[in-house]
This record gives sequence, C-alpha cells and structure tokens, in this order.
Amino acid sequence: MSWILALPIAVPFATAVLAFLARHSAAGRWLSVAGNAALLVAAVLLMGTVWNEGVIAAQMGGWPAPFGITLVADLLSGVMVLITAITGLAVSVYALGDINERKEYLGYHALFNVLIAGVCGAFLTGDLFNLYVWFEVMLIASFGLLILGGKPEQIDGGIKYVTLNLVSTILFLSGIGLLYGMTGTLNMADLAQAVDGVENQGLLTVVAMTFMIAFGVKAAVFPLFFWLPAAYHTPAFSVSAVFAGLLTKVGVYALIRMFTLIFDHDTGFTHTILLWVAAFTMVTGVLGAAAQSDFRKILSFHIVSQIGYMILGLALYTPMALVGAVFYLVHHIVVKANLFLIAGVSQRITGGSDVYRIGGLYKSAPLLAVLFIIPAFSLAGFPPLSGFWAKYIIVKAALEAQGWLIAGIALAVGLMTIYSMTKIWAEAFWKAHPDGRQPRLTDMPQAHRRPMLLAIGGLATLTVIIGLVPEPFVQFAERAAAQLLDPAAYVAAVLGDPG
Amino acid sequence: METLLAVTVGILIGAAVYLMLARNVMRFIFGLVLISNAANLIIFTAGRLTPGAPPLIPEGADAPADVVANALPQALVLTAIVIGFGLFAFALVLVFRAYATLGTLESDRMRVAEPDEGAAP
Repeated sequence: MSWILALPIAVPFATAVLAFLARHSAAGRWLSVAGNAALLVAAVLLMGTVWNEGVIAAQMGGWPAPFGITLVADLLSGVMVLITAITGLAVSVYALGDINERKEYLGYHALFNVLIAGVCGAFLTGDLFNLYVWFEVMLIASFGLLILGGKPEQIDGGIKYVTLNLVSTILFLSGIGLLYGMTGTLNMADLAQAVDGVENQGLLTVVAMTFMIAFGVKAAVFPLFFWLPAAYHTPAFSVSAVFAGLLTKVGVYALIRMFTLIFDHDTGFTHTILLWVAAFTMVTGVLGAAAQSDFRKILSFHIVSQIGYMILGLALYTPMALVGAVFYLVHHIVVKANLFLIAGVSQRITGGSDVYRIGGLYKSAPLLAVLFIIPAFSLAGFPPLSGFWAKYIIVKAALEAQGWLIAGIALAVGLMTIYSMTKIWAEAFWKAHPDGRQPRLTDMPQAHRRPMLLAIGGLATLTVIIGLVPEPFVQFAERAAAQLLDPAAYVAAVLGDPG
Repeated sequence: METLLAVTVGILIGAAVYLMLARNVMRFIFGLVLISNAANLIIFTAGRLTPGAPPLIPEGADAPADVVANALPQALVLTAIVIGFGLFAFALVLVFRAYATLGTLESDRMRVAEPDEGAAP
C-alpha cells in the first residue's frame, strides 16, 4: 500500500534527476513530459484507492505513528495531488515551446520537477515537521525557477519573494517548536487528539495564530500578500503558471488542514479572524487588479482575490462552505494556470505584456480569443463554467450561515472580476494593435505553437467539463468536506484503530 | 535555564525585527539569520531541557535507564539549521546578484519589477 502514497513524490524526484542529467539535450524536456504523465497515472491510482477504501496511510521507514514520518491521503490530499499532476503535465507540455535552450541548460526541467515533488509531498505528509521540509523543498525550487534567466526584474521580484517567504518559514518553524512543547508530538493525527489535553487553551490559540500568519504569507492573504504581485509577473510564463496554480494553494491547503484537523478548539475566535481576512483579501485583490495594466500583474492580483473565496469557505466552517472551498481549489488551479499560459502566447505574438500597448488578438487570432474567454469567464463566475458553481456554493453557504455582508462582498468582488477580465478582453483582444500589427498564432514556429496550444486547450476543456457536469465534482467535494469535518477516519487511518 | 533561553530568544527576535525593518536588504538578511537562530532555540527550549543526561542506552538494554534529554528537538534543530544554511547561502548570492544588477540594496529604490507608473493611460 505504501508505494501508492510514495509514488507521487518519488516519480517527480526521479524525473528531476534524469532531466538534470539530460539538460544538455532535447531529451530533458521530453523526460519532463513523460515524468509528469507518469505522475498523472500515479495520482489517478492514488485517487482511485482513496475513493474506494477511504483514508489511507503509510509509515515511512517502518516506525509506527506517531513516532515515524507518516504519509497519509484523504480525499482532499488525493484530489490536490491529482490536480497537481494535471497542472504539471499541462505546464511541462507548454514548456516544450516556451522554455529556451539556455534555461533548459540551467536546469529548468530539474527544478520544475523538484517543485512538483515538493508540492505533492506537502499534500501527502501527515507530519508537521515533514510539512516544513516539503515547504522548503518547494521554496528552494521556486527560488531557482523564479530567477532563472537573471533579468533585472526577476532579481528584483526575487528578492521580495525570497525574503518574505523566508520570514514565513521561520514563523512556521517557531510555531512547530511551540506546539511540540505543548503537546509533545508532531504527527498531525496525534496532534488532533493531543491538543484537547492542553491545559492552557488560550496559549494554543496563540500558536494557532502563528500558523495562520505563516501559512497566510504562503497563501498570499490580506495583509500578507505583497510578495506575490511583486514577483509573479517576472519569470518565464510556464513558471508563473505553475506558481499561480499551485504554490499559493499549498498555503490554502495547509490552512484548511490545520484549521479543520488541529485548531478547531476555538473556532469562534480563529475562524472569525479568517472571515475578515477572507473579506479583505477578496476586496484588495480585485481593487489591486483594477489598477494594473500588465497582463500578468492583473492576473496576479486576481490570485489574491480568489484566495479570499477559498479562505471564506474555510472561515464559514459549515459543511457546505467546505464543499465550496474544495471545489474552488480545484477549479481555481486549472483556470489560473491556464490564464498565465494564455498570457504567454499573447506576449509571444503581440510582442508586449502591457494590455494598453497590445491588441488585435480577436481579429487575427480568434482561436486564442476563444481559449481566453473560457478561463476568464470561469474566473469571473459566468454560468455554465466551473467558476460559477464554485462561487455559487460559497455564496449559498454564506447566505445559509446568515453572513449577509460577506455574501454581498463575495458577489460584488465577482462583479469586479468581470471588470478586469473585460479590460483585458477590450484592450488585448478587441481593439486593434496600436502599432498596426496583426498578431497571428502562425507567427510562432509550429514546434512551439502546437504544444503551447495543446496545453491551453486541455486545461480549457477541463474547465468546460467541470462547468457542464458539476454533479460528480460536487459529490466528490461533499465527501472530501465530510472527511475534513469529521477527522475520525483520518486519525484512525494514521494511528490505527483507537482501541 | 529555560528562563535564560527564553530571554535570549526574546532579545534575538527583538534585534532581528529591528534589523529587518531597515531599508537595506543586507541588514534584512542579517535579521533573518538572527531570527532563524531564535526559532531554533525555541524548538530546543520547547523540547524541555535536561542538562547533563545524554540520551544514551546502556549496552544490552532496550531503553535508557534514567531520565535523559529528549533527542527529537535536537534532530529537528539540526535539520532546520541545515535547511536554513542552504537558504541563506542562496539569499546571500541573490543579494549579491541584486547589487550587481540593480546597483543598489536600498529596498525603496528597487522598483524594477514594480515601477512607479503614476497615472495609467
């Protein structure tokens, strides 16, 4: 059983090593694609097992929990690994056209696969200190990817990204130390039980806040998000896409995991803070986006805004709200990664990223326009695309919890998201190019065009499928949310039956 | 002993925050080094201090005979030190590269990625 859990971590690591060895030749990029395809198979296997058998756990090195390091997968972990594999595959295909030979030589494919391994590890681990280690694996790979190429903007954005993420890491580490001091364990399932025995519950709340801030920086919530729009528009487009899709979502996942499994002792306090954080995150993100004119900067601020919806799902802490949060996570990763990939194609054929200085895409590249419309409208929440259902569930949960104000904010932010998407549409797609250029997809060599459009088309298809047939996805999210709200199965799977 | 270490942690964090509030990125990095050592001390102290009792098991026995120091926090700190070392090496090289590329380490003047655009057209 344990190999099913270890595979999604081992496969990308092995791919990274092979890709590093093959960085001098074209074999590296195909190894990356093959490795991510293998990861997808492994993720589907894992998902199938978790779906049929419930939560599964494996003890690494033969040490029984809570002493050894545990890998554990419930439905949330399973689906996050699956969506990571899908994003990884799409971006590695896109990279066939996007990443030049110099970046390949510098180790792009190796770093990319280490990043994917770190993300999968963070989703699968059942040990708090091990989670820290996976965060570090992810961080160091993302540092490398971010500054690969070494343009001045990348170095500048890199400084802000690196320093603020290191601060968050250190807070996380301090939180781990304090929590260990209080409970004497680091196994997450064991912690879920041990926190009830802590005498000073107020102190526990303080530690919970340390974790909230640490993961809040990673998830880019208000007021800790500043590193994100400073950095995400600078690296290669494949890199931004995988960052935008996955990295902040690891922070959201960690928040969801910690604040449903371990820190549920004082939800009146912690989740109220999360509720306000969610509201401010949604609003500042969308307002920030309105002030931007760079394609990727607009999208970066929208990541922040959308994170707010997921946190809102966690903050409301009702079954339906968590269903919404899980559904939103899955929908958002697909859509957001895709929008960054489209931004890449747009820059290649229009020659710019400032939406006011480009244009004409609708007329001369209608295929790209259609491919843009799908994730853009999904992000804004148009029916029948995936974003509509995600927002619908969250807002409905807010109304049922009688959070009239927060539901109103969520709806208003949705409306303003349309404004930003319309801005990109009107400027980059609809109006003529200010230089009189006719940006065509055929301007790119075929060897670049095909993989890039294939990746975008694949993710867009997934968005449409989730939108048209939401029923199985919602049912899935319902089961995942039920597991989150009742961690008994999770604890039993890790620690064995509570005898 | 715990009190002494707790006060040390407090002083380290205070100094680190002071350094990190500076506009010079180099000072920020020094602050990070200090605060990461403070975090290591937190783990170490939180794991309870048992001076003079190394966690050694006598030959032929399965468990230590007496109360011994907790080895887990030490293992955690060791891991954290190693990871931290790698990250700071990277951060220092990055700062050096930033100085070479951007010609400044004043965070107020590092505006290449986010230029002050003024009014949008």
